[in-house]
Amino acid sequence: MSEFLAMGGYAQFLWPAYALALLALVVNVVVARRALQAARAEVARRLAMQDGAGE
Amino acid sequence: MDWTWFHKFGSPPHVYRLAGVLTPWFAWPAVAAILAGLYGGLVLAPPDYQQGDGFRIIYVHAPSAWLSVMIYATMAAAAFVGLVWRMKVAHAVAASCAGIGAWFTAVSLVTGMLWGKPMWGTYWVWDPRLTAQLILLLLFFGYMALRAGIDDLGRADRASAVLAVVGLVNVPIIRFSVDWWNSIHQAPSVMKLGRPTMPMDMLVPLLLMLLGFTLYFAAVLMVRLRAEVLRRERNASWLKEAVL
Repeated sequence: MSEFLAMGGYAQFLWPAYALALLALVVNVVVARRALQAARAEVARRLAMQDGAGE
Repeated sequence: MDWTWFHKFGSPPHVYRLAGVLTPWFAWPAVAAILAGLYGGLVLAPPDYQQGDGFRIIYVHAPSAWLSVMIYATMAAAAFVGLVWRMKVAHAVAASCAGIGAWFTAVSLVTGMLWGKPMWGTYWVWDPRLTAQLILLLLFFGYMALRAGIDDLGRADRASAVLAVVGLVNVPIIRFSVDWWNSIHQAPSVMKLGRPTMPMDMLVPLLLMLLGFTLYFAAVLMVRLRAEVLRRERNASWLKEAVL
């Protein structure tokens, strides 16, 4: 296991590269999902206001 | 010719629903391909005869670099369709691409630097390939800044679309920079003269990562596109069923 983590002496370059790629993969999913949730909440809020004004 | 499909793709409720249906079909195969590619690349592939285990950075560097250029081309193509056919959904696609593209351009640059240090002895050189990739990052930033700086949505769409289309000239420069100039960056090594230049146990994980990253982008784009479409539809009647 420690041999695997050492990556033949390239660990200090290789693992940060993999960590950054993983970070990008995770962050973009989180950002996209939050944007969709926010947009849906905004639409729901506006629809509720319209319904309130119509009655 | 039947053009109803084209009009369907211009219809926000249709696009919103379709993007929602497609998301898991892109997302789960993406997860499977990336996990398989990681296992193949980090565990199964043999060390390179020159670079040892350092070459394994390719499994995150090449997919990020591919994605950065592919996302830019997608953004510019969508922007072009939006400009020429005045298709609002196409502008929404273009706007959804920019943030994802900027991220993976940055990842390709930084993973490239982390690969360059042990192999070339330096994190950065003003090499044609590296410089063109840095310009790609600036194009994404410029596109986003331009959109953020214009309040009127229609004007923001058109102005940013022109920038995206003009910036497309950088894409062949990135692609061919290693052939046109004396670049320190290696030439593409997946295929040469129609044959793979890597052994299969190195190549297959790379192809899996390329496929996985591409599907991942498609999935994230679908989610962002749905948000963008909702944001643009202020008072449409279909919104009620969409957010229930």
